[in-house]
Amino acid sequence: MNKNIISLENISVAFDGEQILNNINLDIRDKEFVTFLGPSGCGKTTTLRIIGGFLKPDSGSVKFEGREINALPPFKRNVNTVFQRYALFPHLNVFDNIAFGLKVKKFPDREIQKRVGEMLELVNLKGFEKRSIDRLSGGQQQRVAIARALVNEPKVLLLDEPLGALDLKLRKEMQTELKRIQQRLEITFIYVTHDQEEALTMSDTVVVMNNGDIQQIGSPVDIYNEPKNAFVADFIGESNILNGMMVRDLLVEISGHRFECVDKGFGENKPVDVVIRPEDIKLTKPDDSHISGVVQSVTFKGVHYEMLIEAYDHDWLVHSTKAAELGSTVGILFDPYDIHIMNKM
Amino acid sequence: MKKLTSAPYILWMAVFIIVPLLMVAYFAFTNDTGEFTLDNLAAVSQYSNIFIRSIWLAAISTVICLIIAYPLAIILARTDKSYQSTVLMIVMLPMWMNFLLRTYAWMTLLGNNGLINGFLGIFGIAPKRMLNTQGAIVLGMVYNYLPYMILPLYTVIEKIDKRIIEAAQDLGCNSAMTMLKVIVPLSMPGIMSGITMVFVPAISTFIISRMLGGGSNLLIGDLIEMQFLGNSYNPNLGAAISLVLMVIILLIMTILNQFDDDEDRVLM
Repeated sequence: MNKNIISLENISVAFDGEQILNNINLDIRDKEFVTFLGPSGCGKTTTLRIIGGFLKPDSGSVKFEGREINALPPFKRNVNTVFQRYALFPHLNVFDNIAFGLKVKKFPDREIQKRVGEMLELVNLKGFEKRSIDRLSGGQQQRVAIARALVNEPKVLLLDEPLGALDLKLRKEMQTELKRIQQRLEITFIYVTHDQEEALTMSDTVVVMNNGDIQQIGSPVDIYNEPKNAFVADFIGESNILNGMMVRDLLVEISGHRFECVDKGFGENKPVDVVIRPEDIKLTKPDDSHISGVVQSVTFKGVHYEMLIEAYDHDWLVHSTKAAELGSTVGILFDPYDIHIMNKM
Repeated sequence: MKKLTSAPYILWMAVFIIVPLLMVAYFAFTNDTGEFTLDNLAAVSQYSNIFIRSIWLAAISTVICLIIAYPLAIILARTDKSYQSTVLMIVMLPMWMNFLLRTYAWMTLLGNNGLINGFLGIFGIAPKRMLNTQGAIVLGMVYNYLPYMILPLYTVIEKIDKRIIEAAQDLGCNSAMTMLKVIVPLSMPGIMSGITMVFVPAISTFIISRMLGGGSNLLIGDLIEMQFLGNSYNPNLGAAISLVLMVIILLIMTILNQFDDDEDRVLM
């Protein structure tokens, strides 16, 4: 386990009386790929701006390697940022954009040439030195923005929805590329996105945020398989979220029927949220299941069919490689370990 | 269709811009009997001191306008959006008043028995000669043309993406370096049009110099006016002076734009 490089302690921020961050506590470990994930307005970009030094928290402390840096302006922090929509300097060419930080810090010319050359190679932009920014594609501008930040050899790179403006295919490509760069340079990446798939693909740790609160911190697998509450379950992938009642340990009541499950410690006869992933549901004949319903829609999604089954108190979302017949009655089956129990929010 | 819609503009330009220009050139190259001559142009050289004074005073005024307007434009661009229009209106307010009236106001302020000297007199300070000096002309130019510098600067600076400024800070720039390396280069188009919009009217003004400069500080504008309306009636010489002035302005603007282009090329 690496040591903490950045710690946020009791950070709160409000704009015009509206609370944006609610007493955030977060430790970020060195050399990790950390993603802040959440819907727009959840406070993820605000958190990033606090780490970058562009915003001062109303209260709380920002620590870098154990030292408080609240009062440090952005240009004195060992952190660089890849901005949303890149924010490249339109009056400079590719080389001068990337060299900007080094020139400001008065590096010798030869060192600048060498480092910028290395960066251009890292982001596959060799030969583009003299290009002006407005003659680059979105993907190329993105690479320049990454190189411009990385050339300063920061200990932490902040990325604010860097792939938001790219098309799907390019985004996938850049995801792999960013991950490769992060692993090769062995520095901490803090990545802000609202795209859950992106977060799961790239991160070592995902921080799920909503309404200025951290909902859950964990590895992508943990977050997906063991969501802490209904919000996380709903935001990370598609889910069926049902009202349930924890009868006792290892037994939960859903839609009036009792099911075995693997969760315990929720108390007895306690209302809970129950999450069942659509891909964990198997369809069967109505007689083989406690819950049955009518197939309302069948949509082909490429890898699977997405179906909506109307049972008496809930519409079930089901993913399956086999399509059920529209309008037919089917039974719904799931295994005990596919039932995820969460406390009500 | 496209041709049809642009026709009125082309006609307008031909009748009111091209033809008058050609007429100025015609008068400049002819004498009062209509014969071709270079005498008028040759005669312009005897007024070189007036040309130099005009260029000098206009240049000083332009620089002072730039120095005052630039920080103001930055402050303006950074104020809350809801206040911006109010502040802009206050900046523009003097422009709603008649130009002559504004300049008269300065005469009463600066005169030997004017308000400022009267105020100084309270403290026993002897009246200072402020009116009828070159300083008064510069003051009048700056006062009258300042809004023309502020507007283009504000428009350009206001459009600079805040994230680009944050990017500069992120990459190690303090405020002064951010200004020098990002904001100034990016506001170059505004600086150029501001300079043009102040320098060109300043170099050819005649009201300001007449009212605030007295008789001893003639500018090109006064000189031209005298050839058409004064005792020394000589429209051919007046046309020649106008032509030379036009060429000088063109030259200065070309040099300035060259500098702007170079800036682009070096940086881009």
